[in-house]
Amino acid sequence: MKKFLAVLHARNMEFLRDRSALAWNLAMPFMLVIGLAFTFSGSNKEIYKIGVVGGSEKLHSAAPALQSTKYIQFIQYDDLDTAIGKVKHHQMDMLIDVSNAPKYWINSSSPNGYLLERIIWGAEGKRFERQTVEGAEIRYVDWFLPGILGMNMMFACLFGVGFVIVRYRKNGFLKRLKATPLGAFQFLFAQLVSRLLLIMVITAIVYTGCNLFIGFNMQGSYWTLLFVTTLGAMSLISIGLLIAAHTASEELAGGMLNIVTWPMMLLSGAWFSLEGAQVWVQKLALIFPLTHLISAARAIMNEGATLSQVMPHVWVLALTSAIFIAIGAYVFKWE
Amino acid sequence: MTSPIITAADLVKQYPGVRAVDGINLSIPKGICFGLLGPNGAGKTTTIEILEGIHLPTSGSVLYKGEPLGTRYREEVGIQFQHTALQEFLTVRETLELFEQLYQQTMPIPELIELCSLADILERDTRKISGGQRQRLLLALALINDPDLIFLDEPTTGLDPQARRNFWELVKLVKSRAKTIVLTTHYMEEAYALCDEIAIMDKGRIVSQGTPAQLLSEHFGDVVLQIPNADSADRLGELGLNAVQAGDMLEIRTNRLHHTLQQLMENGINLDRLRIRAWTLEDLFINVTGKKLST
Repeated sequence: MKKFLAVLHARNMEFLRDRSALAWNLAMPFMLVIGLAFTFSGSNKEIYKIGVVGGSEKLHSAAPALQSTKYIQFIQYDDLDTAIGKVKHHQMDMLIDVSNAPKYWINSSSPNGYLLERIIWGAEGKRFERQTVEGAEIRYVDWFLPGILGMNMMFACLFGVGFVIVRYRKNGFLKRLKATPLGAFQFLFAQLVSRLLLIMVITAIVYTGCNLFIGFNMQGSYWTLLFVTTLGAMSLISIGLLIAAHTASEELAGGMLNIVTWPMMLLSGAWFSLEGAQVWVQKLALIFPLTHLISAARAIMNEGATLSQVMPHVWVLALTSAIFIAIGAYVFKWE
Repeated sequence: MTSPIITAADLVKQYPGVRAVDGINLSIPKGICFGLLGPNGAGKTTTIEILEGIHLPTSGSVLYKGEPLGTRYREEVGIQFQHTALQEFLTVRETLELFEQLYQQTMPIPELIELCSLADILERDTRKISGGQRQRLLLALALINDPDLIFLDEPTTGLDPQARRNFWELVKLVKSRAKTIVLTTHYMEEAYALCDEIAIMDKGRIVSQGTPAQLLSEHFGDVVLQIPNADSADRLGELGLNAVQAGDMLEIRTNRLHHTLQQLMENGINLDRLRIRAWTLEDLFINVTGKKLST
């Protein structure tokens, strides 16, 4: 324990005293959140989104004219309650259920829902049963905040841990530690905890700071969010540890980190929803811890999900953390 | 002779296409300073890193106090590598405290600070200290667990002559505490000043081993006379003396000093700037490896 605490303290001091890196870690997410909040402050969606329960074939037979209307995106859902929740939070403009007698749902305060209702009346007449839901809009800034924070955590965790360990190995510091009684697991665990503490503090500062300017929507429990975020950070750090476990080349480590971060950045829903994407893309996205971190955080913040409701994500994050750390410690080399 | 603190038997380290260490046998007694010398690529760093337990040999064994290297070895050995980085953004004091926490038994830090003369730089960032100060700090880290056996791998390379001599005094101070030191160096004068016993390595093997005085007397039974290189060279040849040019002097090797001096005087050779030079470890090194140390 003494050795672990010593290495943990030293790494924390190194990070906190590297003022340029610390400033960058704090400034980048602030700039991203505030910049994007202004950029997307207006509603500039070019298409309407309609959720469909019951399958596209039934929709075709029930509403062929609507289905051929341009600028409308149809998104399939299996679960009616989930889809209604999307309409409630303005994440979807309309929901059509064609599994039985055709019905549609709109949010009574949604302008897009109002316009789509006129479109469906014009295209299909008033054959569909009308349902309305009430609920406040989830602004785009509320939707993308978990994505931005998650992405910042991803970069800080992967590059912050991966590059540091490779640098230690390259400049001989790890070799010096190898000459002491310090064990590989003690060293790696100290790196993990150090980065975890720092990233959680930074993320909390960024969240609080941005919240003062923007005022985020928070439907769920902060404790649940903290728990999920901590697990997510651990999972991302453990990927960094795994990548850095063996190589002494910063170029190779950089390449490997990019191979991991780019797909996560594009496919884990940080910037845009994958709801309308191909099924295989959605399945592929599920292999990334960041997807689970962002999905769980959004569910907690925007929909008020409880811990039991995000447990599938929690399990994935916990398992990936354990597996990546175990493999990383096993293949770790000091030189 | 005291019992050995560390022994190596038939050490071999094979890399693809290169046998870096080729059957080394060593037995280092407690309390001495043992020097491992050799030209670049001779295999001395590989050998010392096998002794340190950093690398495993391809074959052969290393015993510390009669036992294979294990956890106890990490606690009781001190190492100063040839190239070492330290955790960045820490002061000298914090670096000492970090390493102190990694061992069960340690030397009190105030004692270490005094021994290695670190008092003036304790609050300085380790990236902002001079080469000599850095070597003193690295030595302090090697001593922090109060080790019985200390490895110093070319500790004065890159230091100016004054800093090097200051470091020698420090090593002598450490040695006076009955510590065993294994030292590799490029500097023959350093080996002569510090080492009780030396081994000269070449091509992965030990080509000569013993105390400096013993090795010099074994390899050189004669002395060297140096005289100015005027126009004497031809005349020396006529006298049957083998003279070799060395800078602006002529060197004559002889094991009959009195006779040779008499011969030179009788033949009117100018002896105004005559010097008698003792053989050095550098001469020994060239003699046994056929190379200058810097090659």
